[in-house]
Amino acid sequence: MEFVAKIFSMAIAAIFVQNFVLARFLGLCPYIGVSKKLDSALGMGMAVIFVMTMASTFTWLIQTYLLVPFKIEFLQTIAFILTIASLVQLVEMVIQKTAPALYKALGVFLPLITTNCAVLGVAILNINEKFSFIEAILNGFFAGLGFTLVLLLMAGIREKLEKAELPKSMKGMPIAMIVAGCMALAFFGFAGLKI
Amino acid sequence: MTFFKEFTKGFVKENPVFVMALGLCPVLAVSSSVENAIGMGAAATFVLVFSNIFISLIKNFIPNKIRIPSYIVVIASFVTIVDMVMEAYVPALHKNLGLFIPLIVVNCIILGRAEAFAGKNNVARSIVDGLGMGIGFTLALIVIAIIREILGAGQLLGFNVLPETYNPMLIAILAPGAFIVMGLLMGLMNMKKK
Repeated sequence: MEFVAKIFSMAIAAIFVQNFVLARFLGLCPYIGVSKKLDSALGMGMAVIFVMTMASTFTWLIQTYLLVPFKIEFLQTIAFILTIASLVQLVEMVIQKTAPALYKALGVFLPLITTNCAVLGVAILNINEKFSFIEAILNGFFAGLGFTLVLLLMAGIREKLEKAELPKSMKGMPIAMIVAGCMALAFFGFAGLKI
Repeated sequence: MTFFKEFTKGFVKENPVFVMALGLCPVLAVSSSVENAIGMGAAATFVLVFSNIFISLIKNFIPNKIRIPSYIVVIASFVTIVDMVMEAYVPALHKNLGLFIPLIVVNCIILGRAEAFAGKNNVARSIVDGLGMGIGFTLALIVIAIIREILGAGQLLGFNVLPETYNPMLIAILAPGAFIVMGLLMGLMNMKKK
């Protein structure tokens, strides 16, 4: 029971209180770049959840069974980014072979994920916070979920904003930033949650 | 393009942050104080210059198909060096910047310059380009940090610059302030362009 409670509080923290985009500033490029349309935002979100969970799994294993025993922790950054890059490549090939429909939906977003700092960020955070294997995988999943949530919210708002009357110079990126600021403000409300 | 133009293009005209909107994560995350902004800018500029040099030297030996992974390994090596040096000599700053030092690896500005410039030009031009872009990035960081630190803490580099009666707008140094200041500055840049 205690384990379930711990997982639950981890989920709340990763999705709301310490949201990757709005509180930790990770993954802003796709957040601003792919939030113009709701369906492409959904595709990107799904791909990110998938890759973040996989990346958390593999980087934890590499850190624990490769870098620590051989005392080469200083290679962490290089090892992790290579893991993520090859993982993304692998995932892309597997999906292309096994689920062409899914590949069509996610296709264009997959290569972009390598340079999504949220993925490398969650991998390093898992190690810094000294999570166990199961916790690391779940943290990756929840962080991806939190990312997808705010990405979808943002896409919904921006679709409505298309029709709004705005000063010309504020259209596009600038107004997206202001909206993100308001969302971050709203997400501060979750900081009071104590579980 | 002359050397001087190559150097200054990153300051305003092709500013990586305001004009190209690259590398937003570290910009918003570490711009809560001018000190952090300068530290982050210096670290990124170092990586940018050295990875540009290295990549322009080895560009003829890398097969075209695996050039991106090779660039990433070069960049990651320099980031590791910066990480270790900062931990040894400026531990306080290293702790403040935290996660964002290893994350320089995935900063789009650096990979972007490697792909768009260093992979096609000679060493001297690549150094100038890396230095110019790095300074442009640092300038953008400092501008945002100055606004946020003055509004949010009434200070500049830790010194009080506003009268005692000023009531700091805490929101400016918190997460929402970063987004809002950035949005307004981008809007301002757009207005100037037209």
